[in-house]
Amino acid sequence: MSTRTRYAPDRGLTARMTATMFLLGLVFVAFVAALIGILIATKQSAGLIVFVAVVFGGGAAWISLFYSDKIALSAAGAQLVTPQQEPDLHGIVDRLCALADMDKPRVAVAPTRMPNAFATGRNSKNSVLCVTQGMLQLGLTKDELEGVLAHELSHVAHKDVQVMTVAGLLGIVAGLLVRFAFYSELFGGGRRGGNNSQAAMLIPLIMLVSIVVYAVSFVLIRMLSRYRELAADRSGALLTGQPSALSSALQKVSGSMSRIPNEDLRKAAPMSAFYFAPAMKLTGSGGDKLANLFSTHPSLEKRMEQLAKIQAQLNDTAPGAKGLR
Amino acid sequence: MGFLDVLFGRTKPVQPKLDDLFALPSAAIQLQAATGFTPTGSGSVCFRAVEGRTFADIQKEVRELLDLDNSRPGGGGGLPVEVTKDSYGFTWLISNHMSDETDTLVTDLHAVNSALVDNGFGPQLLCTMVAFADENHRRMALVYLYKRGTFYPFAPISEPRQQRDNALELQVKGVLSEDLKIEPDLTKWMALWGAPGL
Repeated sequence: MSTRTRYAPDRGLTARMTATMFLLGLVFVAFVAALIGILIATKQSAGLIVFVAVVFGGGAAWISLFYSDKIALSAAGAQLVTPQQEPDLHGIVDRLCALADMDKPRVAVAPTRMPNAFATGRNSKNSVLCVTQGMLQLGLTKDELEGVLAHELSHVAHKDVQVMTVAGLLGIVAGLLVRFAFYSELFGGGRRGGNNSQAAMLIPLIMLVSIVVYAVSFVLIRMLSRYRELAADRSGALLTGQPSALSSALQKVSGSMSRIPNEDLRKAAPMSAFYFAPAMKLTGSGGDKLANLFSTHPSLEKRMEQLAKIQAQLNDTAPGAKGLR
Repeated sequence: MGFLDVLFGRTKPVQPKLDDLFALPSAAIQLQAATGFTPTGSGSVCFRAVEGRTFADIQKEVRELLDLDNSRPGGGGGLPVEVTKDSYGFTWLISNHMSDETDTLVTDLHAVNSALVDNGFGPQLLCTMVAFADENHRRMALVYLYKRGTFYPFAPISEPRQQRDNALELQVKGVLSEDLKIEPDLTKWMALWGAPGL
């Protein structure tokens, strides 16, 4: 059966995301090649350090993925809530999950005054959708709250926690290598006095490569994170059919971010990547361009611009021509 | 969701399954025989309206079409179609017929479905609900989940306390498991508090 669809994928977004992931993969391959190259060139078997970093980094990533729901919940101080405690929240999530035909995540509320929401968990069965007390008290309409929850459910559906963990692995390993290399330089430097000069070059070289890789992957991962946010906005708006409600929720949440006390901001910083709106804003005289480069979330303008496009798409009277997949 | 969809962060909107709805009339007879629950003649389609003019126009057309059908002699119970919006922002199109006209009711409900699907709004369909009651005025609904193509019973006891008659629901599940595709995953038996027409 051929059905017309108004829900055409955004090819531009897909292309940009592909390019980012390709670059990340390229950096990873280049990193490994450079390491092997350095080790062969110096005829050294500092492979142990690299091996340990990969094992540690991989292990850390795996643990953080496996326990992501528990870690996130305890970091946010969130409590799981029953349908009796939060009937509205559960009611909205129930309906959205039935619309999207997905498993219902557990629902939690965090006693934070900052209005925000996040979803986490290693798979759909183990995911948790958490909303802060501040979000519930912000005075959003039910449509707006629904938009926020649809955005978070889209993160679950897109498996963003898994994707970002894999993407972040490179950064973790590179970061660990920098640290290991630094410490072995500090404490191990005296003991390897008998080695040749090539070996003495080894540690700083690995360190340099790692720093470069870390910096490049950091920028790429932030870029990927912004595309994933746009994708979640898109899927969320298409699911509810109310892009404007999500748009106004974004505006309300972002507007009230500036009133948040500093302590909450610092606590929230590590979790920022999975939040509905960025918990930490980079400001400075460097201009918006730089801040945008490092931020985990796209700018409010960009998000609202996309939602306006979706609105037009949903209102297209003859969607067959453009929307056919 | 395929691997590529995960990689690119996109969700394919889920198209509704419409055909299984037609199993309802025969199941209603079976239900009456086994439990004494009879259809009240009221049925509804629940969907999430899309903002904007296009969807509103389609909704209006569907409503006029059903009203026209019903006012024709022999074309149904003659009651106009009601439209309400619940507190979650979902729209309910309620069609009322005589209690022995489950066939006509299902045809009406199907007309709403196909109108939305034909216009490309199929993913907005949430569920269809057909109401039942027994001599003791116990209320029960059979809910059809469009995205899964399965039915489940919903029997509210106390609306404000949000309690469901789980025993009755499981009894209905047992009675109808031959006639209808009953949703096997009990966590998907979504409560529909305040559903109009129940």
